[in-house]
Amino acid sequence: MTVIGVDVGGTFTDLFLYDEATGKVTVGKVPSTRGNQSVGFVEGIRERIPLAEVASVVHGTTVGTNALLERKGARAGLITTRGFRDVLEMRRRDRRQTWGLWGQFVPVIQRDLRLEVGERTLADGTVLEAIDPAEIRAAARALLDKGCEAVCVVFINAYANPANERAALDALRDVWPNEHANCSSAILPEIREFERTSTTAINAYLQPVVGSYLGALETRLKEGGFAGDVLIVQSNGGVMTVDTARALPVRTALSGPAAGVIAAAAIARGAGFPNVITGDVGGTSFDVSLIVDGTPQLAAQTTLDFGLVVRTPMVEISTIGAGGGSIAGIDRGGLLQVGPESAGSDPGPVCYGLGNDRPTVTDANVVMGRINAERPIGGKLARLDVDAARRAIEETVAKPLGLDVMAAAEAIVRVANARMAGAIRLVSIERGHDPKRFALMPFGGGGALHACALIREVGLASALVPRFPGVTSAMGCIIADMRHDRVQTINATLDGLDVARLTADVRATAAALTLQLDRSGMRFEGVETLVELDMSYVGQTHTVAVPLALPDGRDLTAADVRTAFEAAYRGAYGRLLDGLPMRLLNLRTAVVGRRPAFALSTLAPRGGSVEGARRGVRRIWAEGAWHEAAVLDRLALPAGAVIPGPAVLEQPDSTIVVEPDMAARVDPLGNLVIERKP
Amino acid sequence: MIDPVTLAVLKGRLEQIADEMDATLFRSAFNPIIAEAHDACHGLYDAATGATLIQGKSGLPIFVGVMAFAVRAVMDKFGDTVVDGDVFIFNDPYLGGTHLSDFRLVRPYFRDGTLFCWLGSVGHWHDVGGNVPGNYNPAATECFQEGMLIPPVRLSAGGQTRQDVIDIILANTRLPTSAWGDLNGQINALDLGAKRLDALLAEYGAGTVADALGELRRRAATMMRSLIAELPDGTWSMEDFLDNDGRTDVPLKVALDLTVRGDRMTLDFSRSSPACAGPVNIALSTTVASCYVALKHLFRDVPANAGVMDPIEVVVAEGSFLNVKAPKPVGGYTETILRIIDVLFSIFEHVKPAITNGQAYGTINALSIAGHRPNGARWVMFSFYGGGHGGNPEGDGLNHGNAPISTATIPPVEILEAAYPVRFTQWALRPDSGGAGTHRGGLGAVYEIEVMNPEAEGFVFGERARFRPKGVLGGGEAAPTRFSYEGADGWAEPPLGAKMVGIPLSRGRRVRLETPGGGGWGDPLVRDPAAVARDVTLGYVTADAARDLYRVAVDAHGALDTVATARLRGTGA
Repeated sequence: MTVIGVDVGGTFTDLFLYDEATGKVTVGKVPSTRGNQSVGFVEGIRERIPLAEVASVVHGTTVGTNALLERKGARAGLITTRGFRDVLEMRRRDRRQTWGLWGQFVPVIQRDLRLEVGERTLADGTVLEAIDPAEIRAAARALLDKGCEAVCVVFINAYANPANERAALDALRDVWPNEHANCSSAILPEIREFERTSTTAINAYLQPVVGSYLGALETRLKEGGFAGDVLIVQSNGGVMTVDTARALPVRTALSGPAAGVIAAAAIARGAGFPNVITGDVGGTSFDVSLIVDGTPQLAAQTTLDFGLVVRTPMVEISTIGAGGGSIAGIDRGGLLQVGPESAGSDPGPVCYGLGNDRPTVTDANVVMGRINAERPIGGKLARLDVDAARRAIEETVAKPLGLDVMAAAEAIVRVANARMAGAIRLVSIERGHDPKRFALMPFGGGGALHACALIREVGLASALVPRFPGVTSAMGCIIADMRHDRVQTINATLDGLDVARLTADVRATAAALTLQLDRSGMRFEGVETLVELDMSYVGQTHTVAVPLALPDGRDLTAADVRTAFEAAYRGAYGRLLDGLPMRLLNLRTAVVGRRPAFALSTLAPRGGSVEGARRGVRRIWAEGAWHEAAVLDRLALPAGAVIPGPAVLEQPDSTIVVEPDMAARVDPLGNLVIERKP
Repeated sequence: MIDPVTLAVLKGRLEQIADEMDATLFRSAFNPIIAEAHDACHGLYDAATGATLIQGKSGLPIFVGVMAFAVRAVMDKFGDTVVDGDVFIFNDPYLGGTHLSDFRLVRPYFRDGTLFCWLGSVGHWHDVGGNVPGNYNPAATECFQEGMLIPPVRLSAGGQTRQDVIDIILANTRLPTSAWGDLNGQINALDLGAKRLDALLAEYGAGTVADALGELRRRAATMMRSLIAELPDGTWSMEDFLDNDGRTDVPLKVALDLTVRGDRMTLDFSRSSPACAGPVNIALSTTVASCYVALKHLFRDVPANAGVMDPIEVVVAEGSFLNVKAPKPVGGYTETILRIIDVLFSIFEHVKPAITNGQAYGTINALSIAGHRPNGARWVMFSFYGGGHGGNPEGDGLNHGNAPISTATIPPVEILEAAYPVRFTQWALRPDSGGAGTHRGGLGAVYEIEVMNPEAEGFVFGERARFRPKGVLGGGEAAPTRFSYEGADGWAEPPLGAKMVGIPLSRGRRVRLETPGGGGWGDPLVRDPAAVARDVTLGYVTADAARDLYRVAVDAHGALDTVATARLRGTGA
């Protein structure tokens, strides 16, 4: 039987087919279909294999992300505590940017669809005023009359006691005609009303859209004879069933990028590199994430756009506006700037010849010979216009700075590299990690062009280029484990904490999440429970994440919690504040069902030789001079091959530049390891 | 001269150091004004002049300008006695601006025995003593009623921390744990900055980094000069007012005469009111810093570097309330600097209309409620509240934004209710509070809070109760601030508008703060009637206001009557 990973991108959908019996891997790219993502990829699968032979389809989807960013979700309604209908729109009283007071915010649920009802719970969980079911039903009918397809209930302090929300949801379901109804304590029982409201409202906004997409996908697959499972990648890097995704579509907000990071972690572990920084260079952005001891780092909250806050655990991905399409120019002070403005992929860089005349990072790479103008990746263009790129750099950068055109091209790449290096420092050095212990894993089409420079700039140990940098996310789909997270606000001082009850809470939550795994019907090689506490000293508002190991055969003690907090706090800030009481804000529990490991060895090169891989030589510009660089077909290189720089390694989905002071070697799994020459 | 590429690279590296210092303090601070509201700032300052070289992106905008004066104050006082390992601390508002709540730490950074630059950290502490918990005392007539005043002193001498200095400071605050936690956070941030500079200088050499710092300042000045040169030559005037000084109900005038000559600009505040008895005075350094903040909102691409102010002269008369000396009270400085920024936004409707916007809500509305818990422990709930931003060339103003001088976020209701014996009964947008305009001003808010403690006291320090935020280019004024409280005889309002101390409160009594929106942009009579109808549907604008201010006929549900609208607007059916 075959397992298929599917990653739908803006232009192409990547397929990764893995035959579990034979270990055979097939990689494919089909055009993405706008409107309904499933059309393109189901056809793509059927061209390669009968659907009846597919055991499971694991899908990284951008349906939810796109609906959110383009504000094309459903008409949704909100029922909330009297006096608080504007929490969603008032946000945390922020603004779009520090400087300049322009810019608006459009909430996902508009003001006339946010209705208030009488009810109140206090911070300690006391119910001051119970709900009136008749009032709830009237509000629901009013929302239906206004054309709402989904509804959610968010009450103040529901994290402390969900009783009013649950009662309201029950009353609501008497009249609500579909499954698109939920409440905040079921989705995120965590203190902070705006973040909880935003997450719950976005979930309602996405439910009809994601639900109908998944329904259509399942139908289309079944019609073709498919009898297996469909799994959806969550933002936390784990997979979930279609039923869970229908109820909690907010968890798909970063589905696609998360799969890429999961694959990166697996590749890195397989290659013996536990500590990796991934760097995905796209057209407009550079996405960075950190993998420590083989595990991707998660963030508790992500802001997808101004005011669009999703608070569910997500693979932490930092983005800066520096990609191949980033535009270079000179500002009024005479300083060279690269990005964040971007030419994107249309019109794209000057060398595309589609109408842009301002030079980009890609133009500089083309002029420096690092990108093959006669054989552009992606297959969209026949060739690139090097002369046009050179002219644009001459006019826009070289003349104003008094440089010759090659120095100007190099300057553009250096400034872009410096910005990417800054993003890497942000996730490594600023978090207390020593870059010397990390390897860079570039993926996306352009990542490996900049790998050598980033090794030097940041002081990284090496770079690890996966065998197929362009289909990393699709591969991640079949590697991802099944994972469910839950957070619960406790908000007690350590002195006042009922530790026995905490232990019971942890065990009960773990059991409930494990049951959710069991219901999926999947086979796991093991199940792991992860427990983390958000803690601080009393008086601090920011917390540190405190990993907690559950002791075998006995309950937790206050001393266990204190020891764990002090270790985490010391790691974060250096010094403890002895004598101050400690506070436990939230309990976070995750249960992970380990799926059978994918054998990376199936990707390893078979045969090949360095001589057979040679395609000739090309001049590339590096460090102020031209160098004669060997050009090789990367996929034709055998394991163990060593390629000293300067060299250019080409493959259909990526170009890798090995600079003169670096050397690359092919590891047994087919990854490329780039290091400084000895 | 430094090559342009290294310069661009070093600019990013240096900014990252300041950003990282900001982030460290935000994460480890004890009080929510720093941790949540980001009322703090870090930067690198010139070894010889104290001028701002690099400032963190996420710190409080107003500190960009004033920290230079703080560093200067340390240089003036300690001169040649400064050695490696010294750290200076003070909150003297006349030396380096703002108010007593802002504690500054200044640390010399030495390289090979020579002073290379200064590192600075400033943060707003939760309580620094004085008559009013949280230190917004609208009745103060001397700074001594506003809090302790610490002149520049050594917190650390040659690497040795002076515990006696810390003890003096902590003995003078109601919340010593919070102050101690924040102080530790600031020390950590300075340590981190020094560590990062060590690495950067080792990599690039001190000479190259010093060249880069000098060059960045020259280029900031060049950029600002070229922006001024594009403005027409001439002189324009604009005035606006503060409600009162918190003592007597007499308006205070902020008058600006702006002159452009070639690539230079003069901002002359000479016609402004003289110093007042109450706490809305500011020091000269604060006035200069507020001009910088307004200009950076208007010309947002100029860098956070002192060079921006090189081609600009700020003139303030001796004795003006915009140029006071000790011991004139300055606790309410935020209100005055917001008015300076408002006046600059308004005057640019004449100087360069394409870049300006309606005024923002123009007050931080500091509100604190304080009392004692059953065990005797004191509690102080202190926060700033939001309002609308002005309509602008791109569109309507933002609803419920933060003040132009800060990037502060507001604490969540649930965090406040969990921490203090209060209950919010309303947290909502305020209809009809945005100024009318082709692009409407954003809405202010209504906050209503009920006390759940047997006894408590309220303190409010706000503005814009008498003088509303203005629109530009024909846009209308926003609604004024309205503060009210439940007294023994029902709801009442402070005699001075939005300023009052010692409001007696008890269980079940409420206070209510309604904040201004932003001013409108452009003539409301040409606003698209469909947009007005949508505003009525959403409850941003009432049907009455649609008719009176926009001359658009809409029923209470927002259904547009095009015939009646045409008649109202006189455009024919």
